[in-house]
Amino acid sequence: MIGVGKAKQYANVLDRPIGKGKQEVTIDSTSELNKDLVQVSLSAFAFLFSELVQYNQIQVDNIAELERRLEDAGYAVGARVLELLCHREKGSRRETRLLGILSFIHSTVWKVLFGKVADSLEKGTEHEDEYMISEKELLVNRLYARFISIPKDMGAFNCGAFVAGIVRVRTALDKAFQIIFNLC
Amino acid sequence: MAPAAPKSGDVLFASVDRVNAELFTLTYGAIVRQLITDLEDVEEVNKQLDQMGYNIGVRLVDEFLAKSSVSRCVDFRETADVIAKVGFKMFLGVTASVTNWDAEGTTCSLILEDNPLVDFVELPDTCQGLHYCNILSGVVRGALEMVSMKTEVTWLRDMLRGDDVFELQVKLLKQVPEEYPYKDDE
Repeated sequence: MIGVGKAKQYANVLDRPIGKGKQEVTIDSTSELNKDLVQVSLSAFAFLFSELVQYNQIQVDNIAELERRLEDAGYAVGARVLELLCHREKGSRRETRLLGILSFIHSTVWKVLFGKVADSLEKGTEHEDEYMISEKELLVNRLYARFISIPKDMGAFNCGAFVAGIVRVRTALDKAFQIIFNLC
Repeated sequence: MAPAAPKSGDVLFASVDRVNAELFTLTYGAIVRQLITDLEDVEEVNKQLDQMGYNIGVRLVDEFLAKSSVSRCVDFRETADVIAKVGFKMFLGVTASVTNWDAEGTTCSLILEDNPLVDFVELPDTCQGLHYCNILSGVVRGALEMVSMKTEVTWLRDMLRGDDVFELQVKLLKQVPEEYPYKDDE
């Protein structure tokens, strides 16, 4: 546990200030850096993500299992991002309605994580409860284009499973979300 | 003591593409969580993190040398300075400081006050032996091995265990001269 008695430490991690967060997040390298912005390099994230994928690859035998594990990892990230953002942006009030939370994800969450709002939020035509958040250039798949190449036997593999997990946040609704990821 | 690099760490960090540090932190947390769930033994997790860091380090050093165009370091002191000022800044956005040189100049400590990996993290009682940031020690070890220095990297102080900074001790074991994979007389 965190030691007490040091001036900088807090007795409980929950008491620590969480920082103002990002106001103007950008992944365009030529823009001005906001002084409150806390960032790491894209390649650091790319390396970390590749290790995540590699580690899981060893553990599983097939693609579906790998995607599920990535999604689980993304889910953990998403749950925390949701708490963090709700606290920061909306003064601890969480959206509980379907459309509310989808638009929250579409704008705020996407902006904080990836630097821009998602390209669009549409209602699917096939099912009553289907919605689509589309994104032309997913960060993870940008890594995809630059740093990751898929060996032939894993043709269907999709690193977007990680992002799908982020979206699969828990809400107060009873309906479970089913996230299907499609590359545009 | 500024390193003799043509580009400083800040300039480099501004020139690479960046992502939100919180995404990075949370992703790392997810990795550690997965490892703990799969392996369950804290020592195993430490070793696995170190290995992952090593894999990252061997590739990271290529990118580092390509982007930063630092000149060849004369001795280990300069190497440590470059890692702390330029390397850490370029990838993590934080600078480390170098202290505690021993008499021969082969061991030093890198002090990190600010570590993006550990935002929002608290170690539970069941994981007290865990070196949460062990991936960093692997990265440094891997990177240095690719430039022909065999090192041993250990954590001396860990903020998650109650210390006030992160202190990483880097000990140079030996310098391996470069070997060519082909015969010269061909």
